Amino acid sequence: MVKLLPLFVAVPLGGAFLLPVLGRIRALRLLDAIAVLLALFGFAFSLALVVTGGGGTLWIGNWDPQRGATGINMVADGLARLLLLTVSLVALVAVLFSIRYMERFTGKGLYYSLFFLMLAGMNGVVLTGDLFNMYVFLEVAAIASYALVAFGCESEELEASFKYLVLGALGSTLALFGIGLCYNQSGTLNMAQMARFVESQGLNPVLLLAACMFFAGFGLKAAMVPFHAWLPDAHPSAPAPISAMLSGVLIKALGVYALCRVFFNVFGLAYDAFAGVLMVLGALSMVIGVFLAVGQWDFKRLLAYHSISQMGYVVLAVGLAGWLDRRGHHATAALALFGGLFHLFNHAAFKSLLFLCAGATEYATGTRQLKMLGGLVERMPVTSACCRVAALSISGVPPFNGFWSKLIIVLALAQAGRFWSGYYWLAGMTVLVSFLTLLSFVKVQRYALQGESKPPAAGAREVPVSMCLAMVILAVVCVGAGILCPLIQGDLLEPARDALFTGLRYANMVLGG
Amino acid sequence: MGAHATLPFVLAVVLLGIGVYAIACKKNLIKMIVGVIVTEYAVNLFLVLLGYRSGGAAPILAEGQAPADLVQRAVDPLPQAMILTSIVIGLGVVALMVAMALRIHEKYGTFDLSLIRRLRG
Repeated sequence: MVKLLPLFVAVPLGGAFLLPVLGRIRALRLLDAIAVLLALFGFAFSLALVVTGGGGTLWIGNWDPQRGATGINMVADGLARLLLLTVSLVALVAVLFSIRYMERFTGKGLYYSLFFLMLAGMNGVVLTGDLFNMYVFLEVAAIASYALVAFGCESEELEASFKYLVLGALGSTLALFGIGLCYNQSGTLNMAQMARFVESQGLNPVLLLAACMFFAGFGLKAAMVPFHAWLPDAHPSAPAPISAMLSGVLIKALGVYALCRVFFNVFGLAYDAFAGVLMVLGALSMVIGVFLAVGQWDFKRLLAYHSISQMGYVVLAVGLAGWLDRRGHHATAALALFGGLFHLFNHAAFKSLLFLCAGATEYATGTRQLKMLGGLVERMPVTSACCRVAALSISGVPPFNGFWSKLIIVLALAQAGRFWSGYYWLAGMTVLVSFLTLLSFVKVQRYALQGESKPPAAGAREVPVSMCLAMVILAVVCVGAGILCPLIQGDLLEPARDALFTGLRYANMVLGG
Repeated sequence: MGAHATLPFVLAVVLLGIGVYAIACKKNLIKMIVGVIVTEYAVNLFLVLLGYRSGGAAPILAEGQAPADLVQRAVDPLPQAMILTSIVIGLGVVALMVAMALRIHEKYGTFDLSLIRRLRG
């Protein structure tokens, strides 16, 4: 299984160059079929990887350090498997949704090409065990996403994409600067070897500067609050399946995953300050994101602000886990990290679903202003039902998946309150944010789904079958992950949690010994 | 660390600061693009200075030369390989940015960011 890991990058990358050719010769049915097959392959492969628990390290070209040479490696540990499955699941439904949705745009072949470039980049970021490779894959995914945001070429889309492009390029440059600083100190780019160096030498001022650069660089990609300005413009401007990919998985793979990997496995959370910064970023994003979301009337813009808020939950939980772990409260730390990673997976499911529902409403009515919609519950029953499931999930209503992950995070915060009373306040704030989320989704239900049909919504009809299928798959995941949580716990979430907690033992796993 | 060793760090941080200033404070799209280019080149310059060694040889193993001898005398080749990659990536990003700025100019007739404000905060 390990020998096949490069296929996660190679297959989408190959597809990205094949598909525009098919688009050019107007073989559109074939184009769709191949795109679905490519996405299906990624999903099946990552599912197989999770179920068999197959993992390990692949040294490209057998340049193994045990044979005296250090090459480039790919590492499939628990965290990588969780992210791979999440990315491939959302990619699969996004492709299904794109088949009909993207018919309104020209250049479907080019669209798929950019889509699979982005997918290859994300899979690469998640799998690589080398910091410079991570930067390269991150740029592949990011550049494809800049172009996809501007895919419609309308004024607003270009403006949003330019903003995203400038800030994204700055973020990548800062991350590269951090990587250069790390290389200067440790003399290696391999994450496992760098972890060994940090373990033996400790941190010095140069590595601390590198840590600041990583916080700013990956924080920009993850749209944590002081760095969030681009997200509410960029995510709504993209076509709906791309919004689902950007909000559902891109900010996680490029931002949150990279932060976790670098700070847990390379720097080994050597300072309290690292966990502290993560918690502050998370708490700020969580609160400010939801307050900005409540006042929005554009459906997709509202969802984009909620993405900031929900990613705040994840980063807060991850930071909390780091803080507790350093103090030796391992059980509570494990609970917090479990909640954070579970919420990461859940957010991918329900936020992608919400963006697809917003896309379906826009497809049927031509508008996404909540005040101009209404009465969709009779006209678009499938979309409305899926939208309800997702809204209940994101607001944390039992028994949907969002409830369980938020509950676990709140429980972990409450338990941590025994060690520092400030955590009780944080736990209360988490519940309050969840309540505000519910409030803003009640608004969505009230204005978009209920009430009288207004002119744009009056002639709306249910969207085509393939788009419905995409939404239903995600709705099933939302319900299933909530009710059948124990099933995915053992195979998917606990290995991911343990991969982060092994901290510097990551190096032993990769390098052997 | 002596002044010799800290110089690349100071230079890189100063250049990076100039670039970030241009991105944050300039209202003209083209000047912002120049800001991004300056930050990219600050990092590239930093990386290549890391591998620099005064009077160093090219990192090519001559026939009959011991590898240990080469390591003693040559400059570090890895940062050079890294900046080649990052220059190419930078070129791609800048090309995309310029293309986007041109399309924006077509739509709005200006490069002035204060006039391009259709999206609300």
